[in-house]
Amino acid sequence: MTKPPSAAQLAAIKALLFALCLVPFALYMQRWFDDALGANPIEAITRGSGDWTLRFLLITLAVTPLRKLTGLNWLLRLRRMLGLFAFFYASLHFTTYFWLDQFFDLQSIAHDIMKRPFITVGFSAFVLLIPLAVTSNNYAIRRLGGRRWQSLHRSVYAIGILAIVHYWWLVKADILEPMIYGLILAALLGMRGWWREQERRRQIAASMPRPMPGGKVIPLVAKSPRY
Amino acid sequence: MRILKPSDILPSEITPRALFEDRRRFLVGAGATLAAGAAMWAGLPAEARAAAAKLGPLARSPFSSDEPQTPYKSVTTYNNYYEFGTDKEDPAANAGKLAVRPWTVRVEGLAGKPRTFDIDELLKLAPLEERIYRLRCVEAWSMVIPWVGFPLSALLRQVDPQGSAKYVEFVTHYDPKIMLRRPVLDWPYTEGLRMDEAMHPLTLLTLGLYGEVLPNQNGAPVRVVVPWKYGFKSAKSIVAIRLVDKEPRTAWNKSAPSEYGFYSNVNPNVDHPRWSQATERRIGEFRKRPTLMFNGYAEQVASLYQGMDLRKSF
Repeated sequence: MTKPPSAAQLAAIKALLFALCLVPFALYMQRWFDDALGANPIEAITRGSGDWTLRFLLITLAVTPLRKLTGLNWLLRLRRMLGLFAFFYASLHFTTYFWLDQFFDLQSIAHDIMKRPFITVGFSAFVLLIPLAVTSNNYAIRRLGGRRWQSLHRSVYAIGILAIVHYWWLVKADILEPMIYGLILAALLGMRGWWREQERRRQIAASMPRPMPGGKVIPLVAKSPRY
Repeated sequence: MRILKPSDILPSEITPRALFEDRRRFLVGAGATLAAGAAMWAGLPAEARAAAAKLGPLARSPFSSDEPQTPYKSVTTYNNYYEFGTDKEDPAANAGKLAVRPWTVRVEGLAGKPRTFDIDELLKLAPLEERIYRLRCVEAWSMVIPWVGFPLSALLRQVDPQGSAKYVEFVTHYDPKIMLRRPVLDWPYTEGLRMDEAMHPLTLLTLGLYGEVLPNQNGAPVRVVVPWKYGFKSAKSIVAIRLVDKEPRTAWNKSAPSEYGFYSNVNPNVDHPRWSQATERRIGEFRKRPTLMFNGYAEQVASLYQGMDLRKSF
């Protein structure tokens, strides 16, 4: 296995990643000021910030599987930043809706959140992200204790699902893109489920008494009769 | 409610001939100025825009709106034409593959004289008018577009519709070689109108916009425009018009019957199940504006729906 990066190397990697994560934001800002976002710039910004929120959620959820598959444990140390960027783009997405789209029309926003299922779901996902962002620091981990902190942060699985449903319910007919994102999420969550099941079986096997040497094997499932 | 039927009175009947012809000359000149203006807005070299065939002379219509027109560039780069892709920019990028000549439109079904019209014949079938209409998309955005065409009724009268013809079905072009193959909608895209809607003077058989032939992404070479209904009712690139006795199925209605009704009249009081229809964003504007009943054409069309529950017949 390769050696993990030194503290200095890790700092450099983090700085580079930080800049990289800001590239979509910078590109949209540039296009906004160049008037290059097409006929409906508010829609373009809303869609773009939504797309990048979903992408950063999936990237964040990919860290653990990637770590397990590659053995590069230090990847875990990038996860907090990626998750916070998911929150950053989600905040932009929500601000775009709140400000540019609805122009602070609280009554209309409240109506939307209550009556439009895709907005209800998207808003819920955003609200659920807030405690995760707030507790993304060492102080909160110490304060909560690792176990409680971890179970809180497992809500990101639900947030991922809500985000896909939000996208799926908003498209008119062409579900190709939400389906692709949904399949990626299913794979990322499926891997976790699979690993957890493997772990459970290993623990059961470890706790079971070993079969007696020379003992008879009794099939637990009857063989189906042949026809 | 009073129904305005200005198309029944020709401008030549109410204006002295010399004056009328003088005005025509003015209109042609104005059309050219307009086209030049559009070319400048679009930021394209004049030669590039001159390649599109000009239509004219164009009569002015009392149905035209005097609101600021949506720039040519927005009208031709922000489109819903799913056969060429489901993103707004896709049609402008992909519709160039559509061969708009030769092109014919069959007008058939419950007609005394069904026949096929060549596109060149259609261009000369009736005096071309400029109709500046509001367009309200079901997605809650809107535009103001100077279309060119003539009332669909002028075409339908040519085939002598039978009394049993209660509806009109529009069948549009579908060529899997150049269009989307994924069954996002049930291709070919079809749409429909009730006979009285189809014969209404506002319903425009449309051959151009901004004084020129239709760009492919806007439904070339011939489409309908039904300004008091959501945009998807206005079928593009039409190859057949059928006179039928039963309400035809339509593409969006088949895709989601609870979301897209047969009538689909613009109605701020009946929300789409997934978003509000109370307001809209006019392309080019920042703040949303209230959506008008029948897209502001209530005076002309409300009487068509008297006694109907527009919540049920949405």
